[in-house]
Amino acid sequence: MIGGPRNFALRLLLIAAFLLVWEGIVRLFQIPMFILPTPTNVFIAFYRGFESSLYIDHIWITVGETLIGFVLGTALAFLLGTAIALSRPVEYFLYPFVVMFQAMPKVALAPLIIVWFGLGLTSKVVNAALVAFFPLMVNTIVGLRSAEEDKVNLMKSLAASKAQIFWMLQLPNAMPYIFAGLEIAMIFALIGAIVAEFVGAQAGLGMLIQSMNFTMDVAGQFSVLLLLSMIGLALNWIVIAVRRRVLFWDASQKFNDEAAKKEAT
Amino acid sequence: MQNARAVAREIIAIRHLSKTYGRADGVVALSDIDCAIGDGEFLSIVGPSGCGKSTLLKILAGLMPASGGDALLNGTPIAGPRQDIGVVFQSPVLFPWRSVLGNVLLPVDVQRLGREKMTQRALDLLALVGLTGFEQRYPWELSGGMQQRAALVRALIHDPALLLMDEPFGALDALTREQMNVELQRIWMESRKTVVFITHSTSEAVFLGDRVMVMTPRPGKVGDLFEVDLPRPRSLDVMTTEKFGVYVRRIRKSLNAGGGLE
Repeated sequence: MIGGPRNFALRLLLIAAFLLVWEGIVRLFQIPMFILPTPTNVFIAFYRGFESSLYIDHIWITVGETLIGFVLGTALAFLLGTAIALSRPVEYFLYPFVVMFQAMPKVALAPLIIVWFGLGLTSKVVNAALVAFFPLMVNTIVGLRSAEEDKVNLMKSLAASKAQIFWMLQLPNAMPYIFAGLEIAMIFALIGAIVAEFVGAQAGLGMLIQSMNFTMDVAGQFSVLLLLSMIGLALNWIVIAVRRRVLFWDASQKFNDEAAKKEAT
Repeated sequence: MQNARAVAREIIAIRHLSKTYGRADGVVALSDIDCAIGDGEFLSIVGPSGCGKSTLLKILAGLMPASGGDALLNGTPIAGPRQDIGVVFQSPVLFPWRSVLGNVLLPVDVQRLGREKMTQRALDLLALVGLTGFEQRYPWELSGGMQQRAALVRALIHDPALLLMDEPFGALDALTREQMNVELQRIWMESRKTVVFITHSTSEAVFLGDRVMVMTPRPGKVGDLFEVDLPRPRSLDVMTTEKFGVYVRRIRKSLNAGGGLE
């Protein structure tokens, strides 16, 4: 079995060793700061960025763009996904658009979005929403269609209306898929916001990386990358925390195994 | 004796019922089924796979239209799903996001019968099948037999005139299955529902049924009908009696004659 306090200590040790080797190599070969900074330099840049409150402002902007884009994109994706899943005509006529957009790398639209929506917040939100849209729409469609035939028959045998079948069966049944989509959409929204900031922005962590690149502040860039992965983790954690509450029943397999074990003993 | 009632008052009348899948020249699943089921009767239907017994049940449940003929419940044709029918499927079909009580109250929610009024009835029925103490549990915390008992309660909660059961115990192990048969008989004797019970098992059909209808495959037709003249309540011991064995043998023979059992 993996895990346990001993392996956890080993894990920390491995990270420390990695950082030490990194530090050692950079110092030994005297690699210039603008190529590869030492971990120490990165942490100093990280600390300074927070001390001067430079990072805080940019964090709020990027996180704000990400969250607003996430909410808008996923809300639209849910509505459209539902319409497609429930209505064959809607599916038939929208299908070509869906397929075309699905194959397209959505981030490639960022320059156009900047042209259309300007350098401010709106273009970042739109780009984040656009990138977050597809994973949720696809999962909503698949999820709503995944209700087993027996369950649908049960509802029908009770003379349930279509609306009742949707609210009492299809929607709760789709929740595991929808949450899987939301997890991806959250990270995608962050990517969308950052890419839009790269292309043209006045603020935000993506813009910060760009400007640090121009001044060859590589340690600063590393520190922002570190920050971005922490933000990504935090955002992902929010979705997972909500999911645990809503989808308490989705651990059925695990609980089943436990129940089987109890019965066996 | 129980069976002297025979078909006292018809609750279901099936007349020249047929079902063809696909176009007119498609697969004939049911052909010219004629049958009357009495009020409060327990009718077992046995037949091999592909004899159309599940199709017949789906038509009775209003889940599927017939191609010809009709089926009347209390004198009105079954044209679509109705609120006075309860169905138990082969798998329990419980919703994992609802507690046992929540699952049992599903028909109450769908048919807007009012949870306040019906919760006590649900608790009583759960007690009847021995699920007291499990009301707030979730389906995945229950064994297969307990899940199917909850499904049975759900089918009874809205007090339907007719209970349709499609091989409900087919997925259970032999011991649990026998136990469920005894319980089903007890519940049936207490609730006096009309039951149409589909099964693969001849002994299950005889143990439970007032009558056993044998269906023959391709196309599905009514073969022989057997009156089961065994006193109720029947205990599992009845299965070892000579009389029981005679019924089972006669039904087997009828199934074989129909080209049924592989």
